[in-house]
Amino acid sequence: MTRYTSATPDDRREMLDAIGVDSPSDLFEQIPEPLRLGRPLALPDGMAEAEVYERLATLAERNADAEAQVCFVGAGMYDHYVPAIVDAITQRSEFLTPYTPYQPEISQGGLQVMFEFQTAMSELTGLPVSSAGLYEGPSSLASAGYLAIGATKRKRFVISRGVHPHSRETLRTYSVGYGAEVVEVGLEGGLTDAAALAEAVDGDTAAVFLQSPNFLGAVEDVEALGAAAKEHGALLVVACDPMTLGILKSPGECGADIALGEGQPLGNRLDFGGPSFGFFCATEEQIRRMPGRIAGETEDVDGRRGFVLALQTREQHIRREKATNNICTAQALNALGAMVHLAWLGRHGFRELGELLVRRTAYARERLAAVKGVDLLHTSPVAREFAVRLEAPVEKVLDRVAERGIAAGYPLGREYPEFEDGLLVAITERRTKAQIDALADALGAAISAERGSFVAPDTTKEPQVEGAA
Amino acid sequence: MALTQTPMQAEKAQTIFEKSKPGRRAAAPPAAEVPEKPIEELIPSNLLRSEPPRLPEVAEPEIVRHYNRLSRRNFDLDSGFYPLGSCTMKHNPRLNERVAALPGHARLHPAQDPKRAQGALELMWLLQESLSEICGLPHVSLQPSAGSHGELAGLLLTRAYHADRGEQRTKVLAPDTSHGTNPASVTMAGFEVVKVATNERGGVEMDDLRAKIDADPDQVACLMLTNPNTLGLFDENIAEIASLIHEAGGTLYYDGANLNAVMGHSRPGDMGFDIVHVNLHKSFSQPHGGGGPGAGPIAVSDRIEPYLPRPQVVRREGSNGHGPSFDLDHERPKSIGRLRGFQGNFGVFVRSYAYILSLGGDGLAEASETAVLNANYLKARLAEGRAGERLPIAFDRHCMHEFVLSGKPMKRELGIATLDLAKRLLDFGFHPPTVYFPLLVDEALMIEPTETETKESLDAFADAVEQILAEAENDPELAKNAPYTTPVRRLDEVRATRRPVVRQQLS
Repeated sequence: MTRYTSATPDDRREMLDAIGVDSPSDLFEQIPEPLRLGRPLALPDGMAEAEVYERLATLAERNADAEAQVCFVGAGMYDHYVPAIVDAITQRSEFLTPYTPYQPEISQGGLQVMFEFQTAMSELTGLPVSSAGLYEGPSSLASAGYLAIGATKRKRFVISRGVHPHSRETLRTYSVGYGAEVVEVGLEGGLTDAAALAEAVDGDTAAVFLQSPNFLGAVEDVEALGAAAKEHGALLVVACDPMTLGILKSPGECGADIALGEGQPLGNRLDFGGPSFGFFCATEEQIRRMPGRIAGETEDVDGRRGFVLALQTREQHIRREKATNNICTAQALNALGAMVHLAWLGRHGFRELGELLVRRTAYARERLAAVKGVDLLHTSPVAREFAVRLEAPVEKVLDRVAERGIAAGYPLGREYPEFEDGLLVAITERRTKAQIDALADALGAAISAERGSFVAPDTTKEPQVEGAA
Repeated sequence: MALTQTPMQAEKAQTIFEKSKPGRRAAAPPAAEVPEKPIEELIPSNLLRSEPPRLPEVAEPEIVRHYNRLSRRNFDLDSGFYPLGSCTMKHNPRLNERVAALPGHARLHPAQDPKRAQGALELMWLLQESLSEICGLPHVSLQPSAGSHGELAGLLLTRAYHADRGEQRTKVLAPDTSHGTNPASVTMAGFEVVKVATNERGGVEMDDLRAKIDADPDQVACLMLTNPNTLGLFDENIAEIASLIHEAGGTLYYDGANLNAVMGHSRPGDMGFDIVHVNLHKSFSQPHGGGGPGAGPIAVSDRIEPYLPRPQVVRREGSNGHGPSFDLDHERPKSIGRLRGFQGNFGVFVRSYAYILSLGGDGLAEASETAVLNANYLKARLAEGRAGERLPIAFDRHCMHEFVLSGKPMKRELGIATLDLAKRLLDFGFHPPTVYFPLLVDEALMIEPTETETKESLDAFADAVEQILAEAENDPELAKNAPYTTPVRRLDEVRATRRPVVRQQLS
């Protein structure tokens, strides 16, 4: 049994005397008798610290994590290498244990981190205004919908089927509350169908949502697709993977009004899906409609440089029902992890990492495409993730590959019934050439085994990607 | 007070970008291992960026030093008393950080096949069961990311529940003492807020509630309530409130921000609530991280269950001698859908489950009891001497885990406002209480000491308040110009809103 309280029997006696009651239960008399529980909670008895550790370590061992398995699974969260200094800094009490910085004089550390983070995310996305961070990717996208309704006074969203299925579903969930309609535009050759998009956007459209690279890994021509939004006065909202922004043209440069996304690849663990953070950047025009905290630079009474929560008049604790969003507690510590990771990578390291991802992904794509029973799902350009089709049931192949200690990728079938045979394969700097080769071999062997006959590696197969050797 | 600068004040704030110098770096690039083709051969050049983002160029030692120095410009719970009302700043056990960092948790991919993530799903299921017992409601979804996300979930559930019965109700009732997130969530969920007044005992004004319901009972979708409320008082009329709302056909939503007062003593489900959110970063010890992460699981009654977000963690009985297994159920036809990516803030679930295991059922009850004892003791201490005179309690009765004082007499008689008192407390090494909330108390100070504080720290806080009031009798300017010892002094917040500078200008 562990306790984090410190009141001794003597303390309790003195405190009760000062209050003027005999027992703590007198203080609970304001709860009407029938509503008092009157029995102990039906939960196990408390444990010693070592026992709790053992219990949780035993549960943890029953998970095949990215240390136990070679992880080619992505789909929005990636097994990147998080530098050691991220853990050291985010575990400091001074960052780990404060509340939201409501008292700026004693919160300059956290506020300056927010300001630095905003600067970094503005640089990455090419948009001048950044929030200090939201919950995670999909709910950030849904929040962009709320902003767009406020900005355009329209209630219709057009979203590409290339946007992460979790984001599309979250937007639909929120849109019931917003009273907004959601229209989906399909894919063609792995990319958003430009003609269908242009047709779907109209004068009632509040926002057009794209993702690049999209869920199938393909790099979209955001600038070209975005023209439909511009033509009709809808906001262009672009979800993006921050790890590709050292290489790909920024959403801002492509004409996006809002760029957002899942921040996990920057300095955050996989954590079975969270906590991570969502980033959210926009044009100056939207600054007073932004969701979440924003730090701003100012001065103290003696003229010292300092930072505060800026534009709080947008927020729920001031504006209540007229707030631009309901968000309060978000993910400040996770944003700190991202900032430290970005500073560690630095201007050149960040770009080099992006290049490494593109090259290893190209290699992996060619390598897998050469495997008998594996075909590319599309041949559009990719940055760090790509989709293939398997000529054997995906789930069974994944089980067989797992026996070799490899998580081969993300099966597309549940969310894209049209790609029931589809598999999404992600690359990080942790995935070595040898691991990629092992994946190719394992996939080949698994597919052959599933098809009931051993087939020798096919050395005559034509390359599927243009320019591939 | 001598106005010489402290060393930290003398140090000019510099951002990591301002420490950048071309040619410096920390990370070394891993070897390519694969052919180093020009990027333009792999991705068309019109989709490529011409210049890399201007991230700082700094070596690792300087990054470490920069953020360590910044950290010292923060006040934190591990260093001092943090009686921030409604925020439940209780101790954050380090064990929880250790177990959350185990590779089986920290490096588990969220899309891992459930059969290879049985430990994680079982942990989630066990946490669901624990929260269900604590809240007195049979079903739990862990998905919402924070309290306000739980509120939005609860309101969308309410909407789905009514819609399924062929009703389109429009109004959500909430007391004037409610947290700001409540009305903000109501608007996002497409409802209209109807404010309910507070009575002289600090509870819901029953006549006003009846009037607001009777005005249009068919339009009452929901009542949102915090109990104990933001005044730290348990609403004695809760059973009647619940039956009025249920008779009108509405749902009853419990904002769990104040659950720390009643764990193991009273359960929202038994009070009649249909939907409850729990702030794991308050009652269940997840560190607040300077503004998150948190998590806001919801517990619901049977009638709300069909609409819960998907996927839902489920336990399946084993067959042929196998034990039970755990899975993610995506097939929930009446579900409101997803509220976010993947399964929720799992790392937070690990910490909170470790906390529940550590304390056990009796330990949770003891924690709440001590939280209430500490709050009432500090309230008694602040009812003495100058504080008793200048900072009267807003509603004079036993409180639960927090209480609200009014600085109105202090302002009138000494000329110092609640804000001045708060800023002067910084010089004494305390985080101030929540100020100017709830809105219905003039010059409010909302104080929540939590159960993990010693009697000595409560006494020291009460002594500091007394001393500040005493000095203000002689020299009110002292408080009005405070703080003096913090890394920066009072900041111009108006300017930061009128002419916002929200990023560093980079050359």
